[in-house]
Amino acid sequence: MPAVNETIDTVRDVTEGAYKWGFVTDIDMETAPKGLNEDTVRFISAKKNEPEWMLEWRLKAFRHWLTMEEPHHWARLSYPPIDYQDAYYYAAPKSAQKPKSLDEVDPELLKTYAKLGIPLREQEILAGVESSNIAVDAVFDSVSVATTFRKKLNEIGVIFCSISEAVQEHPELIREYMGSVVPYSDNYFATLNSAVFTDGSFVYIPKGVKCPMELSTYFRINAANTGQFERTLIIADAGSQVSYLEGCTAPKRDENQLHAAVVELVVLDDASIKYSTVQNWYPGDAEGRGGIYNFVTKRAACRGKNAKVSWTQVETGSAITWKYPSCILQGDGSVGEFYSVAITNNRQQADTGTKMIHIGKNTRSTIVSKGISAGRSDNTYRGLVKIMPKADGARNHTQCDSLLIGDQCGAHTVPYIENRNRTASVEHEATTAKVSEDQLFYCRQRGLSEEDALGLIVNGFVKQVLQELPMEFAVEAQKLVAISLEGSVG
Amino acid sequence: MTAVPNLPSAEPYLRQWTERRAGLPGGGLAWLAHQRETGIERFRAKGVPTPRTEAWKYTNLRALERIAFQPPAANEAALAFVSPSALPSVLPDGAAAVRLVFVDGRLHAGLSRTEGLPAGVRLLGLADALAREPGLVEGRLGRIASDLVEPLVGLNSALAEDGLVLLVDDGVAVAAPIEVVHLSATGDRAVAYHPRSLIAVGKGALVTLVEHHLGIAVGPAAGATFANHVTEIEVGAGATFHHYKVQREGQGAFHVARTLVRIAADGHYDNFALTSGARISRNEIHARLDGTGVMCRLNGAYLIGGNQHADTTTFIDHASPECGSREVYKGAIDGDARAVFQGKILVRRGAQKTDGYQINNALLLSDAAEIDSKPELEIYADDVKCSHGATVGELDAAQLFYLRARGLPLEQARALLIGAFLHEAVDEVQHEAVRDAFHAMLDGWLAAREASA
Repeated sequence: MPAVNETIDTVRDVTEGAYKWGFVTDIDMETAPKGLNEDTVRFISAKKNEPEWMLEWRLKAFRHWLTMEEPHHWARLSYPPIDYQDAYYYAAPKSAQKPKSLDEVDPELLKTYAKLGIPLREQEILAGVESSNIAVDAVFDSVSVATTFRKKLNEIGVIFCSISEAVQEHPELIREYMGSVVPYSDNYFATLNSAVFTDGSFVYIPKGVKCPMELSTYFRINAANTGQFERTLIIADAGSQVSYLEGCTAPKRDENQLHAAVVELVVLDDASIKYSTVQNWYPGDAEGRGGIYNFVTKRAACRGKNAKVSWTQVETGSAITWKYPSCILQGDGSVGEFYSVAITNNRQQADTGTKMIHIGKNTRSTIVSKGISAGRSDNTYRGLVKIMPKADGARNHTQCDSLLIGDQCGAHTVPYIENRNRTASVEHEATTAKVSEDQLFYCRQRGLSEEDALGLIVNGFVKQVLQELPMEFAVEAQKLVAISLEGSVG
Repeated sequence: MTAVPNLPSAEPYLRQWTERRAGLPGGGLAWLAHQRETGIERFRAKGVPTPRTEAWKYTNLRALERIAFQPPAANEAALAFVSPSALPSVLPDGAAAVRLVFVDGRLHAGLSRTEGLPAGVRLLGLADALAREPGLVEGRLGRIASDLVEPLVGLNSALAEDGLVLLVDDGVAVAAPIEVVHLSATGDRAVAYHPRSLIAVGKGALVTLVEHHLGIAVGPAAGATFANHVTEIEVGAGATFHHYKVQREGQGAFHVARTLVRIAADGHYDNFALTSGARISRNEIHARLDGTGVMCRLNGAYLIGGNQHADTTTFIDHASPECGSREVYKGAIDGDARAVFQGKILVRRGAQKTDGYQINNALLLSDAAEIDSKPELEIYADDVKCSHGATVGELDAAQLFYLRARGLPLEQARALLIGAFLHEAVDEVQHEAVRDAFHAMLDGWLAAREASA
């Protein structure tokens, strides 16, 4: 039985250590002076050798940020005030020269990735295996250090590079699209990101091109006290298709680390983007010390007719998760999907969900959210479905299920439904349940340990979401689900 | 006195407070004076709520702020033409039933009947109670409301003049429903009043109350009315309280009603609101389940159109294990009307074996109609079963076709389907006679709607 084998693997992983990705790589960093002011912004921009217009945009964002207040009142999260002056905003591996090939990449770095299990080495060369269809733009702290499959993608016109490179090489695309989905003034954390973003990925899929491989980026946070401000922009031109994977692990740290990323997706006529995330950053220890503060703004604009965006996320890490991947369904017939698994354990807090804004006619959206709370954690689904007056025939279906493990955690559902079109149909359902004694008993009777049984049941609970993930992620995600719940029964 | 300047929205009411405080009922009672002071301070701090407050996100009271409301004048003379038998009743034998009638928030003795109540039941006006038997309400009045720090509740505490007092002794069963009529007599002045009601149902007791809120025009010009109700209810252990409400105030009415309930172990609270009236209404219910075995039902149906705005806000606090709650709200929205549903279920730590169910269905009947729905679950116990659902849509085209294929004209087919949709909610009413009366009343509304279409 494959399920049993998986569970055995899982249990082995569980017994191997609390947070198996908690290690620190020693590489010399070149960092900006601690603190945040206009000079920091200029420093980052200068480091990246950016054109004047980019710096101006950053400064505009920074000046706006100074007028804003950190949002504290609506999300069900509590954390001590963040000292924005007590962090570094730029850290780059010292080998500033771009490596020509993987051999030139710092071996320490390669080892780090090896531990993470990233297939960074071009597997084509390694074993001549054709099946290695993932292009990785690995982000190590702030600078993209290696990019693979570039040539292959270039041939069909796909641009896949770091956002810093895109600013240099494709300024026309950056100027047209950056900030067009998430404006620099959007919200506190997005504005901060707009001022100090360091790196991230840029993808452009030309008209009619179906990207032949899954594009993948692994974000890591490495140096202590370095806020990570990623900025990702993906443009799918008319009739194109792309699947993008984002996976995150971060070494163990005692101090909280701030992460404020922005992801913008632009989808034109008949194009589609599938964006998958597995996030398992350091959640802090059992008492809630340390862990990543993850404040992310992700938004997709379906600008064209029949455009489609599908967000899939597996959120198991971070001390604080504040994240609402959204879809603006502007083009007639456009489709938005949100599949989410959020797991919180110990003292973790997650406030996550989505927004579906139906503007165009016959737009459709689907939301499936599975929240699992254990330990003393709090897990909140917060979502908005908004049907504008012209969205004739719009359809939404939302399903939010919560699972509680233990009597000291919290599971919350806060959906907002705003409908201004009578021809629209909106359906929302939410349930809350526990892992039933019957289910556990049944599994244990067949010889599974309690942890095994729990892993099995929980994986069943989240299956509907995990099956939306590309294969490469689905396997990792299943293990993560169980590892995240370690110690929550018995 | 505070040095902070008063909010503009609070100013007219604070002026009223200064002018009228000395003459308010129960003037000699220190405990009441203290409650009034606390209330006005809470109101002063926040003023009339705005959409910037999460709880008022979808209901904007700016239209109310623009009107210079005054306290009600004595309307006895103007109401001379109303006889007890002419006052409409929700119940089929309403004219004969026990009922209290309030006109602009003040008890109207001439229209009220209190004969025929069994022993152990007290039914009177708050002003009378404060004047003659303050001991009846001391220690009870404000006990629940003082926990809710909310500006309009504060305003009510400060300016309350009259309201319903219903006290049922332990073990007493009142067979016939009691009716309380709140009549807004709209004249040429804009009138605001703040009824404060207190209901205590003793252990094992049983009582049914039907509130009927309606407007009546006196004189040619129909001014605005603002009814700011607060009702405190204690349902004793093992008691059953059927609490129903019909709100069909006039189109110039602002109706804000807060019903605050605490239910003791094995108590049963059954609430239903049938709504078709008011320019802006908010029916807000807070229920705390304060012992094991409680069953709490909050249900309602509404049918609105024109520029009406109907807000239903509920908060069920599962503070004890092994309780159940059930909410079914259904509404049909026509014209430019807007409906709001905010329903929160809180399951506190330790409230194991909670069974909570909530559904909110809305029908949009016109292009400009709007519904905003926010069902919310906040859960801190693992062995619970909670679910909520919300659907929004228009009449089913296939169902309409089916009826039309059988020869029904479009309007009639629509009316039939809207009726079927709303009647389903009315089925939640646990008291049989009231349920039948509500079905009939709803049919009347639908027929009138169809006739005017």
